[in-house]
Amino acid sequence: MRDLARTSDAAPPEMGAEAVGLVNVTKRFPGVVAVDDVSLRIRSGEVHVLLGENGAGKSTIVGMLAGLQRPDEGHISIGGAPARLNSPLESLAAGINTVFQHVMLVPTLTVFENLVLGDAWWHRPPRALIERRIGELRRDFGLEVPLDAITGDLSLGQQQQIEIARALLRDSHVLILDEATSMLTPRGADELGERMRRLAERGLAVVFITHKLSEAYRFGDRISVLRQGRFAGEIAPDALAAMSENAAVDEMLHLMFGSSESAVTELARPARPRGASVLKVSGLSTAGGPEEMPLTDASLEVFASEILGIAGIDGNGQKQLAEAIAGQRPVTTGSVTLEGRDVTGESVGRRRALGLRYLTDDRLMEGSVGAFPVSENTVLKEIGAPPFWSYGLERPSRIAAHAQDLIRRFSVRTPGETTPIGHLSGGNIQKLLLGRELSGLSKVVVFNKPTYGLDMQNITASRQRIREIAEGGMAVLLISTDLDELLELADRIAVMDRGRICGVLANDAARPAEVRTAVGRLMVGEAPSGAAE
Amino acid sequence: MSLSEAQADVAPPEVPGRRNAQLGRFAVLTLGPVVAAVFTSALILLAFGVNPVTYYGFVVQRGLFSGLGLEQTLTRMAPLLFLAAGLIVSFRAGIWNLGVDGQFLLGAVAAAALAPALLGVVPGWLMLLAGFAVAGLVGAVWSVLPALLRAYQGVNEIITTLMMTFLGISLANVLVKLVFLDPGTTVPQTRTIPVADRLPRLFDSTISSGLIWAVAAVLLVHLVMTRTALGLKLRTVGANPHAAAHAGLSVPRLTVLVFAASAGFAGLAGASELLGVNGNVRADWNPAYGLMVIPLVFLARFHGVGSIVFIFFYSALLIGSESAARRVGVPQDFTLVLVATLLIFLGLAEWLDKRRRKERA
Repeated sequence: MRDLARTSDAAPPEMGAEAVGLVNVTKRFPGVVAVDDVSLRIRSGEVHVLLGENGAGKSTIVGMLAGLQRPDEGHISIGGAPARLNSPLESLAAGINTVFQHVMLVPTLTVFENLVLGDAWWHRPPRALIERRIGELRRDFGLEVPLDAITGDLSLGQQQQIEIARALLRDSHVLILDEATSMLTPRGADELGERMRRLAERGLAVVFITHKLSEAYRFGDRISVLRQGRFAGEIAPDALAAMSENAAVDEMLHLMFGSSESAVTELARPARPRGASVLKVSGLSTAGGPEEMPLTDASLEVFASEILGIAGIDGNGQKQLAEAIAGQRPVTTGSVTLEGRDVTGESVGRRRALGLRYLTDDRLMEGSVGAFPVSENTVLKEIGAPPFWSYGLERPSRIAAHAQDLIRRFSVRTPGETTPIGHLSGGNIQKLLLGRELSGLSKVVVFNKPTYGLDMQNITASRQRIREIAEGGMAVLLISTDLDELLELADRIAVMDRGRICGVLANDAARPAEVRTAVGRLMVGEAPSGAAE
Repeated sequence: MSLSEAQADVAPPEVPGRRNAQLGRFAVLTLGPVVAAVFTSALILLAFGVNPVTYYGFVVQRGLFSGLGLEQTLTRMAPLLFLAAGLIVSFRAGIWNLGVDGQFLLGAVAAAALAPALLGVVPGWLMLLAGFAVAGLVGAVWSVLPALLRAYQGVNEIITTLMMTFLGISLANVLVKLVFLDPGTTVPQTRTIPVADRLPRLFDSTISSGLIWAVAAVLLVHLVMTRTALGLKLRTVGANPHAAAHAGLSVPRLTVLVFAASAGFAGLAGASELLGVNGNVRADWNPAYGLMVIPLVFLARFHGVGSIVFIFFYSALLIGSESAARRVGVPQDFTLVLVATLLIFLGLAEWLDKRRRKERA
């Protein structure tokens, strides 16, 4: 397949010209910088792979190219000229078509009806013309489009072919496939890869978004890696062609998880003597759902003064683990033990009172109530408890004093404690939530992606806090998708993959590169069995 | 992010001027639509060849400035206020109990069935108390199904409460016609409670003392929702159920509680109408007060005192327009036109405000 790609380089003249691009684009969402000063050039005749973890900014870039979102800074360029895509229609008009991860067809309509859905209503659908074009697509790309079938009766792979066909019928120059293989069987994915190659040979610019490294290698001409909203680097076609799959995977892992500067920021962690066991999780499992990975047989132990890191690609059961420990999520089997006391059956509030604290990764939707003032948010987990309430009646002055105290101690920048917390930046909300978890008697803190979406200054400050917490004798469970963070802070690193803990490694500040590679391989499920522990 | 932090840094501390600005915005968002609705309805009246000034003159004169009219206005407020109390609880907790009419009717029927039976058996005050209690209980019971479905299965309560209202209205009718029928009359209705045994009236007027209890209920609900732990729990569930679960609140249990309280107040509204004003329930009686109160509670942004004010003016409008309609020959239902235009303008004002704030941000 790689050879196919190379021959396609010597193709029509417009090949290699920039079809669409991002120029210094930044996009913020409340509390999060989703895309941070990213520039990309998508060229005609190339399959351009956008690689990155969930939350790396891929979806936001797709959203901007599809006209669903507008950049806050920087701009989009089409054919080298600055352009604005204010709506999905304008994006389509510019020849950009997106096939989303989840199929966007009306399941109750026939395939033909889906294909003509956006057309002018006063025209009779040009059935003969469409049949002819579909015939061409079948011949050229092997696309199977049964026009009279009810869309919902078809398999996901077939539905995806229909979406691609729809894009081609619209004469797109740019075809974006957003995690298109995630719903397909391995065979279906290979067929899709083959199809992408052929489309690129015809001069289309294909953007293929994935987090599967082997697909990136097999199907892509050029690989751009995003990491936490920033452009982490790319592998150019020539370089990629010269690499073996193993070398390419290593390079991609390096771009995704490693950074050259981290070697400098690597701190000599003072060797903290590990204390007694504080939190013990044995054989914990949760029920999965249609959209949700179950947690399967997770066991771990965190000791006082220790930071146990949990690494893994986002969405591999980390949140389920954290919620099961906090008591927010029912467990099917297993137990959670806090200082020798089984708390598996206890409520969230009871566990909190016993010193088990959980700082959620979802600051806005779960950690806080945006419309409520800062002061109420600081006591949200203590509603009804003294000294903030007596006999169920609120004591506003005490709540205000508590909030002011947290604002001061955690250097939260806010106009005052009466400001709605939703008006604060993500970093300041995070500081406040951290303050909330640390107030009172806390023994173990579960952090879920504590620095996700923060700016550099707040990241540094948060990491310093976490270090101090462990130095103060608490046990810390640090879930993070940022490997640098774990290498910097954690004493041991457990790796999660597909809902399981697939290995625990001791962190060794003396050889960060080796630990990084070992963890990175476990994260993408590429480790040879037996490498763990 | 650095940008928004910078903004947060330069944002001025709370100053009195900001409060004034908020008050101003409230006035524009609330009074603006009212004025626009009155004006638009005037145009409609003109189109029918009715002088709007005459019409509105009758409305105001009858509803507010005539002694008897004002008494009727205040009496009419009582059930509306009880309903508002229930709606404030549920709306602030993010639960859209739109089934208050069914809960209201069944509460009224329950009181109508129990109170005459207790007449002369127990002291008058106890009869009234029992009537209110059973009405509140029956109202609450009528919300159990939607409550459980919403709390444990996530079924949309807007649909279920509305459906339960249809059932409730029918059930109330069946009960009146078949079970609690007064054998002494030919009209299908429940036994009538003598005027002397109904809720006492205020200051030698015809105003029912239900008004006082209703005002107290709204104020109590307002204070509970804004000043107590329970209120904050319910508001948290309403504003962000995920945050509530994260904070360790039992969202399903609180949801059931909200339904019970909200429907209970609707039942009390039925009792206050029955024990204070009507004295019996006739077959096919359904004033549909709930549908009138819902927009008013929205208009007041779920604020207790605001709701009382709006309900006062709305009752005046109801009473006034009854006589105005008779005198100038406009259908009684013209009130609905007025209310409908008001709702449209409210929606518009809200949308404009949102857009303006978005542009400024």
